[in-house]
Amino acid sequence: MPHDHPHDHLSPSGHPFRTDNDTPLSYFQTMEIAVRELLIEKGVLTPAEIATQIEVMDGRSPANGAAVVARAWSDPAFKARLLEDAGAASREMGFDIGPLNLIAVENTAETHNLVVCTLCSCYPRNLLGLPPDWYKTRAYRSRAVKEPRSVLREFGLDLPESTQLRVHDSTADMRYIVLPARPEGTSDMDESELAKLVTRDAMIGAGLPRAPGG
Amino acid sequence: MDEMDGRRWHDMGGLPAGEVRKDDHDFALWEKRVDALMVLCGAKGHFTVDGLRRALEDMGPEAFEKYTYYERWIAAINQNLIEAGVYSIEELGTRMDAVQARGPSYGEANLQDG
Amino acid sequence: MGERVRVKAMMPPGHVRAPAYLRGKTGEIERSLGAFKNPEQLAYALPASHKNLYRVRFTMAELWGAAAETPQDVVEAEIYEHWLERLPNAP
Repeated sequence: MPHDHPHDHLSPSGHPFRTDNDTPLSYFQTMEIAVRELLIEKGVLTPAEIATQIEVMDGRSPANGAAVVARAWSDPAFKARLLEDAGAASREMGFDIGPLNLIAVENTAETHNLVVCTLCSCYPRNLLGLPPDWYKTRAYRSRAVKEPRSVLREFGLDLPESTQLRVHDSTADMRYIVLPARPEGTSDMDESELAKLVTRDAMIGAGLPRAPGG
Repeated sequence: MDEMDGRRWHDMGGLPAGEVRKDDHDFALWEKRVDALMVLCGAKGHFTVDGLRRALEDMGPEAFEKYTYYERWIAAINQNLIEAGVYSIEELGTRMDAVQARGPSYGEANLQDG
Repeated sequence: MGERVRVKAMMPPGHVRAPAYLRGKTGEIERSLGAFKNPEQLAYALPASHKNLYRVRFTMAELWGAAAETPQDVVEAEIYEHWLERLPNAP
């Protein structure tokens, strides 16, 4: 099963995939090939398991979280279940999130939530896919717990002082997803239309959902 | 931060830092493979995520600045697999030499499809 | 509100999941999360005991004093029981 070119199109985020096969072989790439071959030869892993895991991870994207958020906006009973146990609610929608312990935190008129991992870069990857690069930077990890409002302004979000900001530092076994407030003017939109308004950054708390028609 | 106060480099919450750059990139196949090795070997009990984090933390701040995310992760995965006795340093070194001898690019050096 | 706790201020070396910026700081337990294996043992491939894990809420005023951006904003973090000291509830 040839797998060196699994995608010759654009990625879910619209960027071309990086060409890595014709660049000079690096020390760490050499290590990756050697480790993978040893694991296969020793019977720890099979090539098919690796290929399948890559496909599973490629299939996880912010669209999964957006579907969960849109369901919560549309279905009050689901929203209650989501806030009670976000992992169970996500699984109920058919998302294979593995052993992820997920907590949903709700943005309201009074409260805005922001997610960070200051110690490494923990992220609800089994629902939303891999984190954006900025989430893993020293700048974000350092500043999000001390000057989060300043960080949010850099993301174009100026929170009023009357809104309490809650920053969630993922220091242990829980992962967090922000349930953004449903935008105004969306009362006639169905779940699939609503999901298109939900951005990755909105589910980290670094942004708000798109405005309808915007 | 005083190096003698016990605070470790990766424990950066609240420290001064610059503007958050919103750059992003999609992952190369070799990086996705590193991610898959991490998930699969962890699921099979060859190491824990804390074992990987410990190895990453022990690499120090220079590694954080100098190497990319998945470069550090493959090093941490390897460190844990060596410690778990899954293969030896000698086996790894021999295989890395063989991989390099196959050709100058990743595509030429990689044989497995997985 | 929840029970008042203080994060131990100790600074041992090694793999620890209690962030330095929270050590010695006082907060309130927001919720109990159940028991999880101790990362300080998992990191070294040791048999790991289960430790209760809590989400603890800290005010920015408590963490950063006069340097806080907005004193009433909060940080919540997960802290294992062996890093917490219980405090008498405020009057």
